[in-house]
Amino acid sequence: MHLHRYEKIWLSFGITSLIVFLAVLAFTAFAEGHTPPGGILTVSPESVDQVPPFNAPGVYDRGDYVDVYIVGQIFSYNPNRIELPLGKPVHFYVTTKDVVHSFTIIDTTVNMMLIPGYVNSATYTFEKPGSYLVLCNEYCGAGHQLMQMEVEVKG
Amino acid sequence: MITKQHTHVLSRVHLFLAFFSIALGGTFGLLQGLVRAGAITLPSWLSYYQILTAHGLLLALISTTYFIFAFLLAGNGATLGDLSKTEYTLAKWGTIVLTAGVILAATMILKGDASVLYTFYLPLQASPWFYVGLALFVIGTWLFAAGLIHQYFAWRKAHPGQKTPLFAFLGTVTLLLWIIASLGVAATVLFQMIPLSFGWVQGVNVELSRTLFWYFGHPLVYFWLLPTYMAWYTVMPRLIGGKLFSDTLARFAFLLFLVFSFPVGIHHQLTEPGIQDGWKFFQVILTFMVVIPSLMTAFNVFASLESVPRTAGQRRSLFGWIGALPWGDVRFLAMIIAMLFFIPGGIGGLVNASYQMNAMVHNTLFVVGHFHITVGTPVMLTFFAISYWLIPHLTGRTFTPLANRLGILQTVIWSLGMLIMSWTQHALGLMGAPRRTAYTVYQNHPQAQVWFDTPWANYTLMAIGGALLFTGIVLMLVIVIYLGFFAPRSEKATFPLAEARDDGPQPAFLENWKLWLTITAVLILIAYTVPIFDILAHNAPLARGMRTW
Ligand code: HEM
Ligand SMILES: [Cu+2]
Ligand SMILES: [Cu+2]
Repeated sequence: MHLHRYEKIWLSFGITSLIVFLAVLAFTAFAEGHTPPGGILTVSPESVDQVPPFNAPGVYDRGDYVDVYIVGQIFSYNPNRIELPLGKPVHFYVTTKDVVHSFTIIDTTVNMMLIPGYVNSATYTFEKPGSYLVLCNEYCGAGHQLMQMEVEVKG
Repeated sequence: MITKQHTHVLSRVHLFLAFFSIALGGTFGLLQGLVRAGAITLPSWLSYYQILTAHGLLLALISTTYFIFAFLLAGNGATLGDLSKTEYTLAKWGTIVLTAGVILAATMILKGDASVLYTFYLPLQASPWFYVGLALFVIGTWLFAAGLIHQYFAWRKAHPGQKTPLFAFLGTVTLLLWIIASLGVAATVLFQMIPLSFGWVQGVNVELSRTLFWYFGHPLVYFWLLPTYMAWYTVMPRLIGGKLFSDTLARFAFLLFLVFSFPVGIHHQLTEPGIQDGWKFFQVILTFMVVIPSLMTAFNVFASLESVPRTAGQRRSLFGWIGALPWGDVRFLAMIIAMLFFIPGGIGGLVNASYQMNAMVHNTLFVVGHFHITVGTPVMLTFFAISYWLIPHLTGRTFTPLANRLGILQTVIWSLGMLIMSWTQHALGLMGAPRRTAYTVYQNHPQAQVWFDTPWANYTLMAIGGALLFTGIVLMLVIVIYLGFFAPRSEKATFPLAEARDDGPQPAFLENWKLWLTITAVLILIAYTVPIFDILAHNAPLARGMRTW
């Protein structure tokens, strides 16, 4: 198979940029810890209300960091309003009692899916005080557009 | 005896159904834009999510499949000759079964029993007949594909030692890709959705279903793109009076698309639990491998454009070929604009697939903007460009200067509408606006207010872009009806296939189908065995089906 000289240049340039690009992605992911949300803990959608920590969802200040447990269900979150501190890492743990939802805090990088059977998690440190809108951006039924809550970040 | 007439009629049926789906889906799209902007409210018997389900299925799945089948059937006829009796029977029954499936699924959507969107994620539970409809659709496509694939291999057997025609080769890759991809969706529909919705099982593993769905969902986009590239490779050089730069590279690029389109579906699941970071990252890397055949395609297509016949003056300047291209011919114009849209489209795709950046855009309107400037424009506009000569070819009519002028207007309206709508969607998405969400102001939260108030990107602008697009669809239908039923008769309209520049003998490995299918299978196994095993090993509690609408 014959490659034209220009095509060789074009492909070498393209493939080199690709390798550089993937190396940057890998570096920020694994050296700087910018990994996407995830988790492999499981929980039965039917007994979410009974098992800790989701039997008492809410905000738990652990000193250096904060844990937050949220339960999604059609078409609301429990709790539906929380207060969080400024500048402290917040670990969000979320799950759902029924169908798939999302937990998405606008203007942050927190955007994850609530999958029945699993606990999902993500970490974020708020740098700006104010009221943040949390919404569900995965279709969950007739009232999907009503599913929201609020995060109040205080300095 | 099956004659050319038989395949032409079958091809016409597919084209008719494709444009019917586009008309209906486009109408729903218009309504969606208006609803989200708060300009209208739907009557109580029609829900936003019902029309959104129909819009997604009609445009992304149904119209594309019908169009692609019409194109491949006609092109195979033009390069391989007539179908055998068995092949024709397969194609005909495939059409009947898949259409029966579409009608069944559409009826359930219309009745409001399947407002599950075009991704039908479990544990949303539609009427079982919706899933039966989907299953019939997939089975119908397999029958149809089997007919055409058989035609290709029969030709090959009858012409030992000869290079197979390029169009048919590329079409066969496309159909094999479709069959391998649809195994995933067939598995979750047949073994999870149908048993759940009929009540044979009490619960389902949701993450498993999503993984099977996206094993299908990503290669699906290549099922749309490959026929688009086929038109760029096999037809466009002819329209400009030039030659395809390299036949061999076209084949090689398609085979690379085939092997790299499967082991990557998890890039749609980056924000989900149940899949380890390492496997997410691995599939992200494989995702970016399609950059290689994409660059090959870009090179090959642009090098072919450069082969346009030029005047002496145009030959002297480096970019003289640009002026020599037939810009006034809509069959070319629509195609080249489609290509140009693919540049921002591809870049948006790189953003979506970028591992950690994905969380910024996942399920926001950015994604909606992305697929409207990929499948909605490069693919659709190329399909329109194909229609301008395919319809006359199939109906024995002529492509007139009137049709050309209307076509140019159509192309301009579509491009403008798409620029406005998709620009707005990309920008709104970066501001956090969710996709698949009916009108809401989120209790007047200031962060949601921005989506209505930002002057250069807001819901009203999105609706205006949508209205322009809808106008484009109406105009396209006018052209299609004119070309199909009213244009002057002539037997001259042909299937315009380009010749390729001589680029030496073709290496044998390119037609070694066993080799390529084996590589495909091995990559699928490498990418999916552990993630699927993990999901089964987590043994997450099953979810009950639910109707939440
Ligand atoms: C008249 C032309 C069109 C208009 C006005 C339009 C408008 C829209 C709008 C506003 C949405 C977003 C709905 C939401 O997320 O809430 C949407 C979604 C979508 N559109 Fe279009 N669209 C048009 C044409 C097309 C075409 C040609 C295609 C593909 C071939 C397409 C494929 C899709 C898909 C797949 C979705 C996603 C559905 C979902 O999220 O479930 N659209 N469209
Ligand atoms: Cu929702
Ligand atoms: Cu994909």
